[in-house]
Amino acid sequence: MATASPSGAAAVLEVALLAKRFGHVRALRRVDFALGAGESLSVFGPNGAGKTTLLRILAGLLKPDGGTVRFGGELLVRGDAAHRRRVGLISHYSLLYDGLTAAENLVFYARLYSVAEPRAAAARALAGVGLEARASDQVGTFSRGMIQRLAIARALLHDPDVLLLDEPFSGLDQAAAATLRQLLGRLRAERRTMVLVTHNIDEGLELATHVAIQVAGRFVSLGPRDGDLAAYRIRYAEATAHDG
Amino acid sequence: MASLLAEAWAIAAKDLLLEFRSRTAFLSALVFTALVLAIFNFARDPTAVSAVDLAPGILWITFAFAGMLGLNRAFALERENHALDGLLLSPASRTALYVGKTVANLVFVGAVEAIALPLFALFFNVPLWPVLGPLVLVIALATLGFVAVGTLMSSMAVNTRFAELMLPVLLLPFLVTPIIGAVQTTARILAHRPFVELMPWLKLLAAYDITFVVLCTLIFEFTLEE
Repeated sequence: MATASPSGAAAVLEVALLAKRFGHVRALRRVDFALGAGESLSVFGPNGAGKTTLLRILAGLLKPDGGTVRFGGELLVRGDAAHRRRVGLISHYSLLYDGLTAAENLVFYARLYSVAEPRAAAARALAGVGLEARASDQVGTFSRGMIQRLAIARALLHDPDVLLLDEPFSGLDQAAAATLRQLLGRLRAERRTMVLVTHNIDEGLELATHVAIQVAGRFVSLGPRDGDLAAYRIRYAEATAHDG
Repeated sequence: MASLLAEAWAIAAKDLLLEFRSRTAFLSALVFTALVLAIFNFARDPTAVSAVDLAPGILWITFAFAGMLGLNRAFALERENHALDGLLLSPASRTALYVGKTVANLVFVGAVEAIALPLFALFFNVPLWPVLGPLVLVIALATLGFVAVGTLMSSMAVNTRFAELMLPVLLLPFLVTPIIGAVQTTARILAHRPFVELMPWLKLLAAYDITFVVLCTLIFEFTLEE
């Protein structure tokens, strides 16, 4: 069992021999990695590579057929509230209610996470993503970029040490994507461990300390980031050239 | 326990606030209720069947189908923006989720019934005031069982392709017992039969409630497994 990330830091998140099958489709095949505090893994892969399946298992939303996930050395057991407190998920879906205001959404989630003083915590989280002026507006009136910033505030309300990001830049215009990159850079500087999955290599590389390329459920490449965007574009094209 | 109740209340309050803002399901249920009562009222031949004989069945069919509109919405609103994932990611217990949804559904169905009952009295010329106490007791007992099972079935139907169609298919077989019990009890109440005649049916409704509230609470978390 690995007890340290590849960089030698104590592992916050360890994944070993993770496997998942949907009928005859093998969505995950023997996926292994470990990340320490402040490390960020970007997983690139084409549609259907199993990236979202990986994140849903890490989040505890899906049960793996094989392998283990450990947070700080403790085995992930589905339904364990203690693990769910350690994880925040930012998806291309906001997980928010359009009919509630920004503040109401955050207060609701703060209550579910038993955050002390939910209203104050919601106000702090809104200020953190620059949405304090829109606190009383319903989410249904927000732009895609504002919704994504609010989704980040929701995911960070309970101060998780592991952040999972599923195509977080999906559907954002350039300005909103730049704001999001800035926010995520700040989170990395706070030494949160992050796993980001995306099919878009241009958007995920900047944040990564480690890079994996996933094809047909398998990590065909995994290691510390050691090249620029052009180099990774070539590697990605080679890795995915024979993918259906 | 305090944490479970706090989480359940947060979920129920959120559902009720969303419904209060949109009123989609509530207004649909009310319009449906008024239409059904009006159609049955004008379709029946008062010289062939007396209102008191026909009314209990119509009342409970109306309650059951109007209530289903609300039950359908209970988990449908969690499909928006994949909000159900947000609930399942949180450390809130699955029991709290079930209790919260059930409480919100009880308030919704109770509110529809509270408006439908005077309409029913008006259309069928049934004097409610002298029988209101026992009638409210029967409605409360039957509604609790109906909503307990309906909330569970709604969580099962939500991930199917035709959730709105699936809910009645899944739920109606389970409603045979409480609907028969409620119709029989209501008929005896409206006919001013002695309370002792109601007891076997009230016991049946109470037994159904206890059995299904416990059972549904225990198996709810398995309905959310992917």
